[in-house]
Amino acid sequence: MTLSSQPADDAEPLAKPIVSLKSVTKRFPGIVANDSISIDFFPGEVHVLLGENGAGKSTLVSMLSGLQQPSEGSIAVDGTEMPIASPQKALSLGIGTVFQHSMLVPSLTLIDNVNLGGSWWKTPDREAIAKRMEETALSIGVEVNPAAITSSLSLGEQQQAEIVRALMRGSRFLILDEATAMLTPKDAEKLGQLMRRLVAQGLAVIFITHKLNEAVAYGDRISVLRLGRKVGALGPDELKSLGPEAATKEIIRLMFGSNGNQAAETTRAAGSARPLVTATDPLLEILALEVDDDSVPVTGIELKIGAGEIVGIAGIDGNGQKQLSEALAGQRPVKNGRIYLDGQPIEDLPIGARRHRGLRYVTDDRLGEGTVGAFPVSINLLLKQIGEAPFWRSGIEQGGAIAENARKQVKDYDIRTPDIETPAGKLSGGNIQKLLLARELTGSARAVIFAKPTYGLDLNNIAASRRRIREAADGGKAVIVLSTELDELIELSDRIAVMSQGRIVGIVENDGDARQKIGEFMSGVAA
Amino acid sequence: MSVEVQDPSADGQAAAKNNGLASRRLLTDRLQLIGLSIGPLVAAILVASLILIAMGVNPVDYYTYIVNRGLLSPSGIEATLTRMGPLLLIAAGLIVAFRAGIWNLGGDAQFLLGASVVAALAPVLTGYMPVWLVLIVTLVIGAIIGALWSLVPALLRARQGVNEIITTMMMSFLGISFSNVLVKIFFLDPATNVPQTRTLPVEDRLPRLFDTTISSGVLIGLVAILIVHYVMAKTAFGLKLKIVGANAKAAVHAGLSVSALTIGVFAISAGFSGLSGAVAVLGQYGNVRADWNPAYTLTIVPLVFLARFNGFATIAYVFLFSVLSIGSESAARRLGVPNYFTLVTMAILLILLGITEMLDQKRRESRRT
Repeated sequence: MTLSSQPADDAEPLAKPIVSLKSVTKRFPGIVANDSISIDFFPGEVHVLLGENGAGKSTLVSMLSGLQQPSEGSIAVDGTEMPIASPQKALSLGIGTVFQHSMLVPSLTLIDNVNLGGSWWKTPDREAIAKRMEETALSIGVEVNPAAITSSLSLGEQQQAEIVRALMRGSRFLILDEATAMLTPKDAEKLGQLMRRLVAQGLAVIFITHKLNEAVAYGDRISVLRLGRKVGALGPDELKSLGPEAATKEIIRLMFGSNGNQAAETTRAAGSARPLVTATDPLLEILALEVDDDSVPVTGIELKIGAGEIVGIAGIDGNGQKQLSEALAGQRPVKNGRIYLDGQPIEDLPIGARRHRGLRYVTDDRLGEGTVGAFPVSINLLLKQIGEAPFWRSGIEQGGAIAENARKQVKDYDIRTPDIETPAGKLSGGNIQKLLLARELTGSARAVIFAKPTYGLDLNNIAASRRRIREAADGGKAVIVLSTELDELIELSDRIAVMSQGRIVGIVENDGDARQKIGEFMSGVAA
Repeated sequence: MSVEVQDPSADGQAAAKNNGLASRRLLTDRLQLIGLSIGPLVAAILVASLILIAMGVNPVDYYTYIVNRGLLSPSGIEATLTRMGPLLLIAAGLIVAFRAGIWNLGGDAQFLLGASVVAALAPVLTGYMPVWLVLIVTLVIGAIIGALWSLVPALLRARQGVNEIITTMMMSFLGISFSNVLVKIFFLDPATNVPQTRTLPVEDRLPRLFDTTISSGVLIGLVAILIVHYVMAKTAFGLKLKIVGANAKAAVHAGLSVSALTIGVFAISAGFSGLSGAVAVLGQYGNVRADWNPAYTLTIVPLVFLARFNGFATIAYVFLFSVLSIGSESAARRLGVPNYFTLVTMAILLILLGITEMLDQKRRESRRT
């Protein structure tokens, strides 16, 4: 079967939907996550759910998979209304969910993972399971090795195994929640083809994604969510008659309303040259930097970044970018080499002192280390300034100053939160990133390191983040952007360094043929 | 044309409606909260009563007796308040540690070593300095001894990441034995046949409050708990500790020195335990007998959890526990119900509170849907 952007010709929906949402509303304290949403899901279709972070996609999925119950409205399966009271119930109804993060036990074989829900008093018939697994895999055109230990597989392979497992459990309604977010482009494309094969067998697939190109390429029907409401849908006929480009435009219009054009333009203004930097003295200078690490030791990093300059660091994930940025920020000891900020060596300074000198680090691990999820937004905004005046005086908390700071930041950086006292962990990904940007970019920042600044964000937030990065540079700061998305680096950077296996294998000026040169460096010419 | 576009507006109305509901909910929530805290207590006493009936004891007699002896009689309430002093100090130390995500379970040894050293030093020091100075010096020494005994687990946790639950408990076994060795060999009072330290005369002990036998140790305990409560709620230091406890990676990212804070938490927590030992000796017992170990720490741990690390709730629970334990000590002699029955009542209360919380959570979940 070939991949095509067109749904199959006979994609006219069979009369009856497998699953229907009927005016489903889901409320959480202070927030309406889903507001009377009605959607029909038909067999034989890839139904794409599109929406910004916080649009309500995840809530919808958790109701379909039995993790949560609607506050109002109902869900009908095969035309019969019934509550999906638990994940077990969802499974027995044939609703299978594959989450963004693998739900397989990494230390077990795929066979044992498949057997996980089985009766505990029976010895699993591993051979039979392996056979059934291989057959199922074959029927949808993928290959799995049932005896493989899960952790030895790539994320893409694990996801295929999860899909196979869902089918073995009798799923005829498969939810793929942000399934491509963690995958390499190649694996994502494979998954897209797999989805087409699945619906060709009569299954219904719900595919949740941020990525418009994937939605248009693999979807038969697209529903757009925005602020908890379904704001529009494109059926198979529209998709076909519009064609990919017009369909994309229409979707952007639905997703972002009047701001749509602007958002699309800013993110698509690739190659728009920034004014050349004239500063001569480097503001941030890295000399022969070495960082110890078990998996990817970093060596021989040489970089000079002037005021107002953006240097991108490109590379496939896991080539030492994290080690480098943590060493620069001070979270990881420097084995050798020098880091100068404003002409002063900082490589021996602790994290706090580097921040005081003006070094800022916007981490990509926003929930893991960037914020304390249980603490209020107001405190998270000051996480790196605890004890400093005017927010604390003689070590005593000054509630007024803290609240005032929070209200200002929330306004300036457009952080959408019900309240400044809301726990940061309750915000959507995009708003948590805005919180981090607010924290790192205010005050006397001199040099800023952005690690994967738009990773996992939606179009609007991507545009906002990139705008902040540009503003930082325009304000005379030295900026490093580490990213795995080449388009992003080409849009933002003055120069782009390519990182591979812990080394910088080349630095190119961001001119017309930057993309090609970077490609050569990445493909290992220098390695 | 099936490009349907719904209008995303009317946010305000929904929000206003939610607000009205919210305020009414707040009231019922408050009432329920009170019910949730009193209900389990009543239920726990009922369940414990059933056990008493099975033991052939009239529960009404038993609990009346306990309330009379632990709360209503002058000598009872005095003993109850005096006992609260050391218990509150231990609770203060546990709150600091648990907030920072550190399980200092070695409090018993920290308490005993503080107590033994202070019991040995205080009678000697009274010969050299005024009583008030002796008291201050020995209180400080008790705290330092306690803190020192936590140094090994603290360093192991801070530098090597060794689990402190294991190390503090192992240090506790060592410390309890070591304290016995000290009392039996080095601190022995030659004037008595019982192995114990010299006894501090009553007039050299912590002053009593007013005309009662209540030791001012209870004031030290109350002040300690209130300070801890304030520090954890309102100061930069408390916030740093809470960040280390809530998300150690974020603490590193924010530039906090996690290892220094860890050692500090151990020192404070164990220091409070040592201080508690000093207060027990200086305010109540006057000496330390060999093989004496009241094992307060592990009794206080569940109380602190019941109070959810809240200072005021901790005071209430410690008070309740003191009433029960003082009353039951009398009841043991009078009604033949073992002293340990206090622990049975507390354990039942703990279990019932756990169950109530689970039911409450279920109820809240079902209300949401």
